[in-house]
Amino acid sequence: MEALIAISIGVLTACGVYLALRGRTFPVVLGLTFLSYAVNLFLFSMGRLSIGQPPVIRAAATAYADPVPQALVLTAIVIGFAMTAFVIVLALKARAELGNDHVDGVEQP
Amino acid sequence: MSHLAIAPLLLPLLVGILLLFMRHLDIRVRRTVSVAAVFGQIGLALLLAGALSSGDILVYKLGNWAAPFGIVLVADALAAWMLLVTALLALFALLYACQGGDTQGRHFHVLFQLQLFGLNGAFLTGDLFNLFVFFEVLLLASYGLILHGGGRARVRAGLHYVVLNLAGSALFLIAVGTLYGVFGTLNMADLAVKVAATPAQEQGLARAAGLLLFTVFALKAALLPLYLWLPAAYANTSAPVAALFAIMTKVGVYSIIRVYSLVFGAEAGPLAHLIAPWLLPLALATLLVGMLGVLAATGLRQQATYLVVASVGSLLTAFALDSGAGIAASLYYLPHSTFAAAALFLLADVIASQRGKHADSFEPGPAMARAVLLGGLFFVTAIQVVGLPPLSGFLGKFLLLRAALEHPAAAGVMAVVLLGGLLGMIALARSGSLLFFRSMPLAEGESPPPAAPIAVALIPVVGLLLLGLAMTVFAGPLQVHVTNIAEQLSRPYLYVHAVLGGRI
Repeated sequence: MEALIAISIGVLTACGVYLALRGRTFPVVLGLTFLSYAVNLFLFSMGRLSIGQPPVIRAAATAYADPVPQALVLTAIVIGFAMTAFVIVLALKARAELGNDHVDGVEQP
Repeated sequence: MSHLAIAPLLLPLLVGILLLFMRHLDIRVRRTVSVAAVFGQIGLALLLAGALSSGDILVYKLGNWAAPFGIVLVADALAAWMLLVTALLALFALLYACQGGDTQGRHFHVLFQLQLFGLNGAFLTGDLFNLFVFFEVLLLASYGLILHGGGRARVRAGLHYVVLNLAGSALFLIAVGTLYGVFGTLNMADLAVKVAATPAQEQGLARAAGLLLFTVFALKAALLPLYLWLPAAYANTSAPVAALFAIMTKVGVYSIIRVYSLVFGAEAGPLAHLIAPWLLPLALATLLVGMLGVLAATGLRQQATYLVVASVGSLLTAFALDSGAGIAASLYYLPHSTFAAAALFLLADVIASQRGKHADSFEPGPAMARAVLLGGLFFVTAIQVVGLPPLSGFLGKFLLLRAALEHPAAAGVMAVVLLGGLLGMIALARSGSLLFFRSMPLAEGESPPPAAPIAVALIPVVGLLLLGLAMTVFAGPLQVHVTNIAEQLSRPYLYVHAVLGGRI
């Protein structure tokens, strides 16, 4: 499971970085979204991976999952959503103001 | 438990929400509420500084959960100093905006208060994750503010600013996540204890996380090579926003000072002085590159943005000297450079309003109606910014150079700082003579630019310059104060003990 999670995070990050370096706003927004997915998964896995463990105190439990990264990742997801929504609106605004969707506002041949 | 430590957070947050409900009321009512709130914040910052004057550290446990399990706000001398600087700067930026700039877009005052909420939170928070959260709060407000008024250039520069900061936030989370993975805590005091006892097999990971965090803060502080976003973003936004943003790079500087004196400072065992090999060369290079930008600028606002970059270089040079005197010098230089840069941004806007289509660009234009007044103010501001005697810029630079004397690389530091000062002086002298002396007669059929009334617009500029003057007059007591702050920073166990109590 560790390898699978690690590979997923790696692939998401690679896609995110590649797309974020593109010249048009739509791939850039997608790239930032991928990056934030990768970061959220990474943050979640920093509490160590465990299956079927309760995160809060329970009498019968022998081991626990770390609840803190779950709380952190929830916050990060909410903030990431808000930021993505904002950057989409901004990209549309830039498209309207600049007349094209290139990040520098200049249509490249 | 005193509630004073959380008051600087609640006031701008509640006033910001209140202003949202007041959006249909007359603009004068909203202005009054906003300005009153900023006065309140100045009062709170002074109260807090007074309460901490004996060297105490106020710890506010949210929900009364003990650290490191709960979230804490920590008000120490450094945080109170930053709060005061922010509130004073905000007052003058807001007074300038109230002369009409705030009606060019929607919700200026709401965003302004939320920006202050984010700034104050970043200074007061005691754990890294909430530092991230408050960074996001202040960034989201700043995205709104930087686009305030709209227009092509502003939207394009704003898009770059937003995308870059989103990438920075992703890096911040990776660094925070790694630190949590290694140490199992994000409370800065608890981290300081645990970092000092890092087991050998975890050192590489912890080092990587610490340096990644430095990259993020360097991006916020506009340290070379991550400063490229700043000139475009600040030169294209509206003047009061640019003036307020003079404190934004200082948030990055504050974070560097806080984290790398507390968590990865001298007492961090195997990870002590984590960024020392990087900080001094990068800071000196930032100073030089910033000053080259000042020389090459084609307009006054652009020149001011590069002066902000150069001032970050000076500040971090002083911190990188890694001595009490160095930190004290950077803490004296910080408010000085903030107020001076803000004054220059506001003054550039007034000058631009007097020059018609030439705006603030360095090209000969028609003589300004109030050239003597504006030129005189520009002269004072330039002296202040560059650091010539007798104003506070000179004292800041003097403290920096005196602190550098004891450093092994003293010669290099002095050479770069003095060369930077010289370049800045040449550049500003050239700008002044281009703007004020080399005026052209009006072309045939061209009407003179409308002589807008400027007396009221200049009040915030004069106010900021007077703050600089006050910093000069009261340089003695202020120097004692910043030395005390530096003293507190050099003993991180005080902070750790205040937060964790007997739990160490």
